[in-house]
Amino acid sequence: MATTGPMIATRFGRETFKPTKPETLQRGHSMKTVTRLLAGAALATGLAAGGAMAQDDPFQVGFIYVGPIGDYGWTWTHDQGRLAVEEAFGDSVETVFAEEVPEGPDAERRITQMILNGADMIFTTSFGYGEATNAVAAQFPDVYFEHATGYLREHENVSTYSARFYQGRAVIGHIAGHMTESNIVGYIASYPIPEVIRGINSAFLHAREVNPDVEFRVVWAYTWFDPAVEGDAAQALIDAGADVIMQHTDSTTPQSVAQDAGNVYTFGQASDMIQFAPAPRISSIIDNWGPYYVRRVAEAMEGTWEQSDTWEGMSEGMVLVGEMTDAIPEDVRASATALMESMQAGEYHPFTGPINRQDGTAWLADGEIADDGTLAGMNFYVEGITGDIPN
Amino acid sequence: MLIDPVTLIVALITISTPVLLAATGELVVEKSGVLNLGVEGMMIMGAVCGFIAANETGSPTLAFLAGMAGGAALSVIFGVLTQFLMSNQVASGLALTLFGIGLAALLGVNYPGQPVPEVAKPFPEAMRQIEVIGPIAFSHDLVTYMAIALVGTVWYLLRATRAGLILRAVGESHDAAHALGYKVVRIRFMAILFGGACAGLGGAFLSVVYVENWVQGMTAGAGWIALALVVFASWKPWRVLFGAWLFGGIAALQLRLQVAEIGVPVALLDASPYLVTIVVLVVMSSDRARSALNAPAALGKTFHAGT
Repeated sequence: MATTGPMIATRFGRETFKPTKPETLQRGHSMKTVTRLLAGAALATGLAAGGAMAQDDPFQVGFIYVGPIGDYGWTWTHDQGRLAVEEAFGDSVETVFAEEVPEGPDAERRITQMILNGADMIFTTSFGYGEATNAVAAQFPDVYFEHATGYLREHENVSTYSARFYQGRAVIGHIAGHMTESNIVGYIASYPIPEVIRGINSAFLHAREVNPDVEFRVVWAYTWFDPAVEGDAAQALIDAGADVIMQHTDSTTPQSVAQDAGNVYTFGQASDMIQFAPAPRISSIIDNWGPYYVRRVAEAMEGTWEQSDTWEGMSEGMVLVGEMTDAIPEDVRASATALMESMQAGEYHPFTGPINRQDGTAWLADGEIADDGTLAGMNFYVEGITGDIPN
Repeated sequence: MLIDPVTLIVALITISTPVLLAATGELVVEKSGVLNLGVEGMMIMGAVCGFIAANETGSPTLAFLAGMAGGAALSVIFGVLTQFLMSNQVASGLALTLFGIGLAALLGVNYPGQPVPEVAKPFPEAMRQIEVIGPIAFSHDLVTYMAIALVGTVWYLLRATRAGLILRAVGESHDAAHALGYKVVRIRFMAILFGGACAGLGGAFLSVVYVENWVQGMTAGAGWIALALVVFASWKPWRVLFGAWLFGGIAALQLRLQVAEIGVPVALLDASPYLVTIVVLVVMSSDRARSALNAPAALGKTFHAGT
């Protein structure tokens, strides 16, 4: 960092950066002017972070959650990441969070509120916050924004990050293909967005690989978190003969419905959901956000934060596979572990050709590996899946 | 692949139970002339209290009682505000929902993922195994049968008993009922308590029997559906049952249509209960005489004995 930069920023910071309550509204405005001045001098927003650093009060990091932290799923894992940040930085960082923030216009208000109350960095942890995150980022160029599973980076101060969940889904798809006896695997999907479609495709490909007769039945719940609806969906799948259920929604209800039904296997989603082990939950995909959050907060505090689009997976430890229980035969556990290790070592990509699209046209040639761009925008099923993706 | 009608019917009866309980309670409240929009808040209080009791005591009976107590306790606040302090019912009800959701989250903070006892089914396994009739008629939880029995009881009480007549009189014209010497405030307060207990039981069924877990915000709008249902049913108990099964049936059916890979627009089906409610409201309001017969005339009006 240039030596003059932080001094300028520090001076401005001292003069304008007093976060006493009545002045907080002005803060965004004056920093905007500062940043504009600095930008004019071809200095990046990183300098404003120098200003933030100059304060005595802790660096405040805010988290916006789509569900409750007690969901034992998606939001819970993000909150574990928040706790990892607190642990790593102690008193120099303060964290705040808001639960059950609806995706849509209200998110904009909640993010803004958090910043006006002093947040220097915001993690918005659901796909649907993309537009709200960017809209607020335009108003607060001195605040860092990190949007999970998104793709919109309209401003310098917005980064996106996600995990290659499809790697985990390859492993549980492999297990599901072995475990199903009815050859019907039920899949509770949330919204028809690329992240979810990618997961279905990856799980299906690896189930088919070990079981040519397997079929997938997909239910779109149109929610990330609604315990009752997720339970209804699981019941509908079980009634239709599914004996293995996968979910891309966040509550544990499908697990308890499967438990009541008996002889139905499930996988933990986002978090381990170990309370349903050894059956119905026979393994899980675990999201591990802590290391990324700690790294990014450190970069923001040091002023080395740069806009990025991070997509990490098993080899970086962002996606983990939970313990495979004894309900899975030993040879299947061994082959699933081998599959997992090949991805951890970076030797295997779940989308390696030959793979056709659902309509039978070629997508990937033999040995060809899907590029990230196609995966990020995936809006088609692979060959063999029978349903249609809703519009 | 076809949809199995038996499992569909079993699912819709289970799905509709919490909403049916809450709506039946709210029907009694509205019949007494009080509009309590706090159903969602009372349901979630019932869900958390029931779950805590189930986890701490291991007794499903105590859990359901605690759920009812939780819902009723919250409704006491509404009752005091609207009946004694004469607050606006709409505003108080909305505030009650917000308060209930927040309070439930606070009370339940240590409980997500905690174990609850298995709730025994009232009918023996042999009866549940009977073809078709077994799953549909004998496979449910006791609370589900209680909910249906409650509808019948409320219908009978409102229609054929003196107590029901008095309750309706209070709801139609509180001044006239007051002039006759009925204790309007006391009757309404008891109706509000009853509504709270019903909503609480519905919430407890959701957390203890159906989801078997406590999660914040788990009622996810069921209380609002219950409110819509009362209007949909034009304040008639059996129509509440019909409406609850219809709404539950649509929810269960749309999931099964998806599983069967029948191309039906999911969003449209999801919205259909609300569309049906709007249609019913339009039909009802198109005929003034008819709607006047159905809606309690004093619904939502504040009663003051001095005026």
